[in-house]
Amino acid sequence: MAEASWEVAINSKWCKKCGLCVAFCPKKVLGEEMGAPKVLNESLCIGCLLCEMHCPDFAIAVKRRDSK
Amino acid sequence: MAHPLEKYLRAGKLPHIWCAGCGHGIVTQAILRAVDELQLDTEKTVVVSGIGCSSRAPGYLHFDTLHTTHGRAIPFATGIKMANPELRVIVVTGDGDAAAIGGNHLIHAARRNIDLTVICFNNTIYGMTSGQYSPVTPGGSFASTAPYGMVEPSFDLCTLVAGAGGTFVARGTTYHARPLTNIIKEAIKHEGFSFVEALSQCPTYYGRRNKLRAPLDMLYWYRDHAVGVSQWEKLTDDEKAGKFPIGVLKKVEHAPEFSRVYSELIARARERSEA
Amino acid sequence: MNETGPRLLQGNEACVEGALAAGLRFFAGYPITPSTEIAEICSLRLPQVGGTFLQMEDEIASMAAVCGASLAGAKAMTATSGPGFSLKQENLGFAAQAEIPCVVVDVQRVGPSTGMPTSPAQGDVMQARWGTHGDHEIVVLSPSSVMEAYTLTITAFNIAEELRTPVVLLMDEIVGHLREKVTLDAAGKLPVVDRDKPSCPKELYKPYGPGQGRLTDVPPLAAFGEGYRFHVTGLTHGEDGSPTNNPKVGERQILRIVQKIASRRDELARFEEISMEDAEVVVVAYGGTARSAKKAVRDARAEGIKAGLLRVITLWPFPETRVAKLREMGLKAVIVPEMNMGQYVLPVKRVIGDACPVIPLNKVAGQFIEPKDILEAIKGAM
Repeated sequence: MAEASWEVAINSKWCKKCGLCVAFCPKKVLGEEMGAPKVLNESLCIGCLLCEMHCPDFAIAVKRRDSK
Repeated sequence: MAHPLEKYLRAGKLPHIWCAGCGHGIVTQAILRAVDELQLDTEKTVVVSGIGCSSRAPGYLHFDTLHTTHGRAIPFATGIKMANPELRVIVVTGDGDAAAIGGNHLIHAARRNIDLTVICFNNTIYGMTSGQYSPVTPGGSFASTAPYGMVEPSFDLCTLVAGAGGTFVARGTTYHARPLTNIIKEAIKHEGFSFVEALSQCPTYYGRRNKLRAPLDMLYWYRDHAVGVSQWEKLTDDEKAGKFPIGVLKKVEHAPEFSRVYSELIARARERSEA
Repeated sequence: MNETGPRLLQGNEACVEGALAAGLRFFAGYPITPSTEIAEICSLRLPQVGGTFLQMEDEIASMAAVCGASLAGAKAMTATSGPGFSLKQENLGFAAQAEIPCVVVDVQRVGPSTGMPTSPAQGDVMQARWGTHGDHEIVVLSPSSVMEAYTLTITAFNIAEELRTPVVLLMDEIVGHLREKVTLDAAGKLPVVDRDKPSCPKELYKPYGPGQGRLTDVPPLAAFGEGYRFHVTGLTHGEDGSPTNNPKVGERQILRIVQKIASRRDELARFEEISMEDAEVVVVAYGGTARSAKKAVRDARAEGIKAGLLRVITLWPFPETRVAKLREMGLKAVIVPEMNMGQYVLPVKRVIGDACPVIPLNKVAGQFIEPKDILEAIKGAM
């Protein structure tokens, strides 16, 4: 599977499980497991940053993966 | 992987105090994203706040930060700006902090057109003290001090500040996070009194009492009731009912800015006293 | 306009000249009799030295602006009278908590409330000490002459800068509006103290940590805009300035800001003593009333009565040590004349205890306490 061009990382120490990131992701990259957000399909990420910008806790970060 | 805006945070102080799903973290991030994209000199940037949920923001921000008394962020900030006009001063305040106890200072700072960027985190409630109504709580809404529903008329903060003389007035919401970042950037760049009303959901106190318990409920409410300002102007009064414009609502370029005007006064006074 | 020779100066004007001599660069205030001349003169003089004068929308804003300006590195002052002094208390408390050097001038008038705006009184002396809420200490100085309005304003700034604290210059309308011939240069070049600046690397700076300069219990104060990126809050805080709910951390901070001043009570104490050595009756007085007390003591001595004057200049912290010495003089009485219903007499009485009678002499509603009133009280006590 080709490497995803975006990295998505969740900081569980800061995340308060409000669910906004999951709700705002237009590409179903994120899902919920036991109430907490989880990166399910990183390869589908298009780097729109909607999750990052709507996270009230600075707990999700999206970064372009450096092309090797 | 660190958060891209982490260098602007006092990371050791996080997780912050705000409730899960509170909009204040979104507005704070919009400010930091604006500062980052403008590449501001963070050594010359001061963030000043009053008292209330929003006003806890500076404690988490890696700038010179000042957490003042309730309603008084703007006069404290005025002192900073006038003592050192080189500094960029951003004021973080809430709807109660700015327009109830701080209302007198808000309209006078707007009148003076002093170069402050005031970001009002408007959750239409007093969150820190757990849910009393504020001067902008919508009519009929419930609050811990409005058990029969809010019966006082409320301010339109943007009209209030525009009427008092503010030369940049804009409104955004936490649903429209990217546009909110853009208007904050414009507000910071504007030389003069810039006011950004950032509607920010309070699920815990406003939401719970007004059938908008989940953070998403209120965000979708913003989505469904906000109208971009260019669109807004085309609407009839009926179509406007219950809705509100977002974006830059007022912008006056090149109006005299107070700290600059006073620097010129100093130059005049020095000439005259040396003559 | 740095005239050197003798000048006819008003107390309020001398106060401004003293502030400028101390390095005043920022004034924010609001018009209120009998202090307004201070604002007016600052509006004229400050721009001449590159400083800033702001007339704010109210006294609350004025005190706030002074705190902000000081944190931005400027020596800052405000001036007011009773009603404005009441409005300033919350932000005065903020300055005490956040350890912000500044000078607050209160030119007292008859209270309470609107009272008699153009008439003198001394009814704010307890408010100066306890006007703001919570445990704190404050330094309050009280001038009795136009010259002293000049010198004590310099002293007020020096104490504020050295101890990182607000200092109240407690004047009254007598001294504020009085005009006297003074030669400011006669005071000589008075030393001017500036706040300690941090000597540590910027990222290690603790705005409420241990002292790095002269005093170990007074932290250095960086200015906003110098790259220290420090936090200042009115919440009880730790050494890095961030809020704390930990009682031990909170206790350390509160005890430090209180002890910072209380432990220096004797060092801060200032008096003027007149024929005290063999006094049998001592008058303890301050501010405008002390002028009458001086005359009364001279008149008593002329009549062979052994009277003495202890004029208190640093009202707060209360000069326990010096007042306690009065107990050992075998005095017939201590007389405390005040233009209020008896305020400063309370701590005097607490310290004197049963060593001798402590006789309050009170007048209100702007009625001067004249030398003959005090002389009469002295005679009555003999």
